Parts: sequence; C-alpha cells; structure tokens
Amino acid sequence: MTLPLPGPAPGLLRALPQYGALAAVLLANWLLFPDFFSIRLQDGRLFGSLIDVLNRGAPVALLAIGMTMVIATRGIDLSVGAVMAIAGAVAATMTQAGWGLPAVLAASLGAGLLCGLWNGLLVALLRIQPIIATLILMVAGRGVAQLITEGQIVTFVSPGLAAIGSGSFLTVPMPVVITAALLAVTALLVRATALGLMIEAVGVNRLSSAGAGVNTPVVLVAVYVWCGLCAAVAGLIVTADIRGADVNNAGLWLELDAILAVVIGGTSLLGGRFGLLLSVVGAAIIQAMNTGILLSGFKPEFNLIVKAAVLLAVLLLQSPALTLLLPRPKGARPPLGPPLGPPLGPAKRESGSVKP
Amino acid sequence: MSRNWLTSAATAAATAMAALLIGLGSVQAADGKLVVGFSQIGSESGWRAAETKTAKAEAQKRGIDLKISDAQQKQENQIKAVRSFVAQGVDAIFIAPVVATGWDAVLKEAKEAKIPVVLLDRQIDTKDQSLYMTAVTSDTVHEGRVAGEWLAKQTGGTCAVVELQGTVGSSPAINRKKGFDEVVAKTPGMKIIRTQSGDFTRAKGKEVMESFIKAEDGGKRICAVYAHNDDMAVGAIQAIREAGLKPGKDILVVSIDGVPDIFKAMAEGEANATVELTPNMAGPAYDVLVAFKKDGKAPPKWIKTESALFTPDTAKAEYERRKDAY
Repeated sequence: MTLPLPGPAPGLLRALPQYGALAAVLLANWLLFPDFFSIRLQDGRLFGSLIDVLNRGAPVALLAIGMTMVIATRGIDLSVGAVMAIAGAVAATMTQAGWGLPAVLAASLGAGLLCGLWNGLLVALLRIQPIIATLILMVAGRGVAQLITEGQIVTFVSPGLAAIGSGSFLTVPMPVVITAALLAVTALLVRATALGLMIEAVGVNRLSSAGAGVNTPVVLVAVYVWCGLCAAVAGLIVTADIRGADVNNAGLWLELDAILAVVIGGTSLLGGRFGLLLSVVGAAIIQAMNTGILLSGFKPEFNLIVKAAVLLAVLLLQSPALTLLLPRPKGARPPLGPPLGPPLGPAKRESGSVKP
Repeated sequence: MSRNWLTSAATAAATAMAALLIGLGSVQAADGKLVVGFSQIGSESGWRAAETKTAKAEAQKRGIDLKISDAQQKQENQIKAVRSFVAQGVDAIFIAPVVATGWDAVLKEAKEAKIPVVLLDRQIDTKDQSLYMTAVTSDTVHEGRVAGEWLAKQTGGTCAVVELQGTVGSSPAINRKKGFDEVVAKTPGMKIIRTQSGDFTRAKGKEVMESFIKAEDGGKRICAVYAHNDDMAVGAIQAIREAGLKPGKDILVVSIDGVPDIFKAMAEGEANATVELTPNMAGPAYDVLVAFKKDGKAPPKWIKTESALFTPDTAKAEYERRKDAY
C-alpha cells in the first residue's frame, strides 16, 4: 500500500519493522515447532498452523481495519468487542427463531452499523472525547447483548451461518477470505478517493481541515460507522465459528488487541497518516505469537509474559528515538510511527495556515 | 427524593411486616412449615438459573416456604436481604455468597437472632466458623478425580491426554487439575502430553484444541481430551471434527459441569463423559436443616455434593430433563 506522500514510496523499507517482526515471530514458531509451515488439504479446506494464524487472526484483523480509520482521525473505539457480542447475539437468536440467512446477516450487520452511528454521533456532533464516548457502548453493549440472549449461550443449527466461521472458499478458510475482501474494499474507499486524505486531515487538525472545506462531522461519523460494521463482521465470524453466541466472552478485550495491532502496524495514536495493510500485519503478528505459544507447550502461566516480552521488542524496533540511533540507509524515510516533532502528513500545510 | 421516600416506605413496610411475622410466630409453629430465606447471587449463568429453579422445586417437595431474594451480583444487596430475613424471623437463611469476604457483621446478627445460616455453592473467608451452620458445595478436586478415574478405566490405564484448563489461577481450574493429576500420578500408562488454558470458553477451547491437534501429528498421538468445563469441550469437539477426526472415537472427550449441550453431544456420540456439578445445592441443605430442627443435631461444616458421572447411555434422557432447567 502506498501512501499519498510526495516522493518515491519506499513502502517496504519503511514497513521493515513490521514485516521483520512478523518474519521473526514466524521463524521462532518454526524453531519451536518444525511442522509450523506444513499445510495440507482437509475436507477441501487448507489445514495447518500457518492457516490457523490467518484464520484465528481474522477477527482482530477485521477490528484493526476499522480501528485504523478511527485512530487516523485521532479517535479510538473501545466498543468494538461489545459490538461483536451484540452482532453475534442478534445473529444467533434470529437464526434460532427461524429467520433466513439474508435477514440474519442484514440484522446483524445493521446492528453493527447502528452502534457505529451512535459512537459517531457522540463524537462528531456532541463532541464527546472518543475514549469516553465509546466507553459508554463498551460497558452497555455487552449488557445489551446479554439482554438479547437472556444471558444464555444461544446455539443454532444453520449450515449457511456456520460456513461464515468454518467454511472455505477455494480451500481458503472463509474468515480469511472475508477479511481480505473487507481490507480491499476499505483500501479502495480510502485510497482511490479523497476520503483517506480527509481522514488524515481531520486527524492532524480537525479545526483547520474544517476550515479547508472538509465536512468533518460526516468524515467522523463515517469512520465510526465503518468501524462498527467491521466489528459486526468479526462478531458474526466468531459466533458462526462456535455455532453459538457466547456474549459474556465473545470479543472480550479484543478492542485492546485491535488497538495494539494498529499501533504495532505503525499508525500513530495521535492521528494523521495511517497504514491499513500494516494494521492487518500487526494483527497477524499478535496471532502468530498466540498460536506459537499454544504450539510451544509452555505452561499457560507464561502466556502473558511471553506475549508482553515479544510486544515490547516489536515496539522498541519501531521507537523513533531508537531508530534514530541506528544507522539508516541514505535517503530512507524514518519508519511509520509516532511523529517526534510536529505531525507529518499531507495536512501539514493547511494546519499551519489556520492555527492562530 | 422519590427514591428516599420509597426507601423509607419500604423500611416502614418491612418493619411492620417483621412485627407482624414475629407476632404470628406461634401460628407459624402451629402450621409446622419451615420458612427459609435464600439470598441468591443473581442469574448470570444457565447453571445459576438452574440452581434457583431446583431450590424452589426441592422446597415445594418438602413443604418448605422458600423466600428468594435476587442480589443482582451485589454483596450489599445480599447483606440487606439477610438483615430483612433476620427481621422477618425466618427459620433459616441460605446464602450463595457473591464474594468470600465481608460477611462477619451480618452473620453475627443472624447468629444473635439464633437463625442458622447455610452457605450454598461457595465458601466464605471468616475466622469465626460458628457464624454459619454448614456449607453445601461441590468438591472440585474430587470432580477432577472422577473424570480421571473414568478415563483410566475406559482406556485400561494407557492414554496420552491433552488438557484444556480453565482460567489461569481460578480455583476450579486449580482444583480440577489437581484431582485429575492425582489419578495420572498413580496410573503409569497415563500421561498429560499438553496442557493449556482455554479460559472456560468455547472459542478458546476450540482454538487451543486446534493447535494441540497440529502439535501432536494431526491428533494421531492424542488419546483423549480432558476439559475443565463442558463449554471448552464443546469447542474442542468442533476442532476435532474439523481436523477430519471423530470426536468421541478417535479422541475421547471427558469434561466437567453437566450442562445441557454436552448431553446433546454425548447423545450424538461426540463426547464420552461428564462429571456433574449439580445445581441441586439447596436439597441437601434442606435435609440437614430439617434434621437440625427436629433433634438439634449439628451437621458437618462442609457438605460435599455428589460429583456424579454421566455417560452417553443416559445422555438423551438427561438432555430432555435438563434443557428447560438451565
């Protein structure tokens, strides 16, 4: 993915920390478990540890896609885990009540859109700080989901819905296909139009981008709605996978994994320029680590410690302060990461002219 | 303001009712019906709802008048409920404590009013053991032991087991592992080849089982999976099936809890055994209470519920019996 920045786009070079980290984690997995890269066909579906990484990483990757957009506007969405639970609850209860697949999908995705709309209105129109605005739905959303399922794990029998979680398309697991498709659509929306530029502009300086003619409320509502939609898709996948809506646990704490994926991907929490594909790579790094820990045979007590240590290493690799100390190839850009000085990006020029 | 008014009105009503009940004390005795106040945590899970339902049914069976107060997961509500039961002069108070600490003061009030207290399903932390008459809970170590012994017997003592643990550090996870490990230790041919936490959830149970299968030669080296709860087992069953193996045959499945869905899986031949965590905590409590009221015999401090093992032969009937209770 190239960013709309002037000059040559040394995308790979700038993304070296991310791809390097992914390669390192995969290599470590291979060392711990030699069959890590072996893949075979099982019932017409690819089967192997590497496939597990992609398949199990899909929900967080989906969340990360939406979250990247939100974070690029200098916002954050804490409610995505709860929205997953709501979408799953809607899908499972409606399926159990005998509704057909199209209605179930429409209602479930619609619920996600509504949640996103709610967040977007709070942030864009009422100007509540995003972390607080989305905290409301994070807390209340799981309660809403529990109301829908009456606190039970609602199971269902529906081959169509189950296929979304554990089916396959041309031997590739369905969650991976869906994630790739949504990534492509999102990238097209933001990079083939001026939307991406506007999102970055709002993230750098909301006031000055408004002054430059960007309809900031619409941009903000749009990114939160999109984030809600991504979360609903993730919720559908998780629910379809276990053929039941487990609202107490579906998506629990995944908002944090999603934010982490975005940050690992190099998008700054301060808003501005963003990297969609790299956020997905960030999600893959997290899942490769999770799968590696499961394969390694470490005691479960070590899970979180190992995870934290690897993450620290990845983030250190990206630290602007540290990379400045390292020798850099001539002419290469600093890695995509939290800006050290004034924010970089296309909106820099405008921000100078409007600011007092 | 209106809330204050409501509270004072409620207090007045409760006081009036208490006075009335105390006044009617002799009538109660003549009637001979025991009155039990039950402070339930809430209805956060299917199991909890089943516990409440069973408590009602068992009370009806014995002709006991049961008053249930739903605390909605709050200890302060439970304390209020206990105080109101004391004021009403009930014959006994049952508490399913939401947390382990902070009960001393209110239990002292019950003790001074000479009302016996029975703890259901969970224990409390207190220095003064005389504050409650007895606690009816399951023995989670024993549950693990029952699961292990069934597996040892079923496989002739030779089995490579993968274990799906509960949430790291939670007491059922620690104890259910301990009980199972005891059996493994005394059975030379039995070995736990992999163990990981599945957080007591279906999704994590499935994910962990997927990697176990890959790590153990496509599942060929796994003889059985032992899950600390049924939900993880249900997830593991799906993982086994998606790996092209037959759950319940190629890999045996044994777990703990006895929720309806595992009986369904057993009826379909995909699970092999479950150890029940019975929702009938109140039944044994009523029995010791009746005995205590009759001849003043104090029960032991801990009454362990039966950890019954269920297998596929009764699964269909058990599923039908349970599906509405949970």
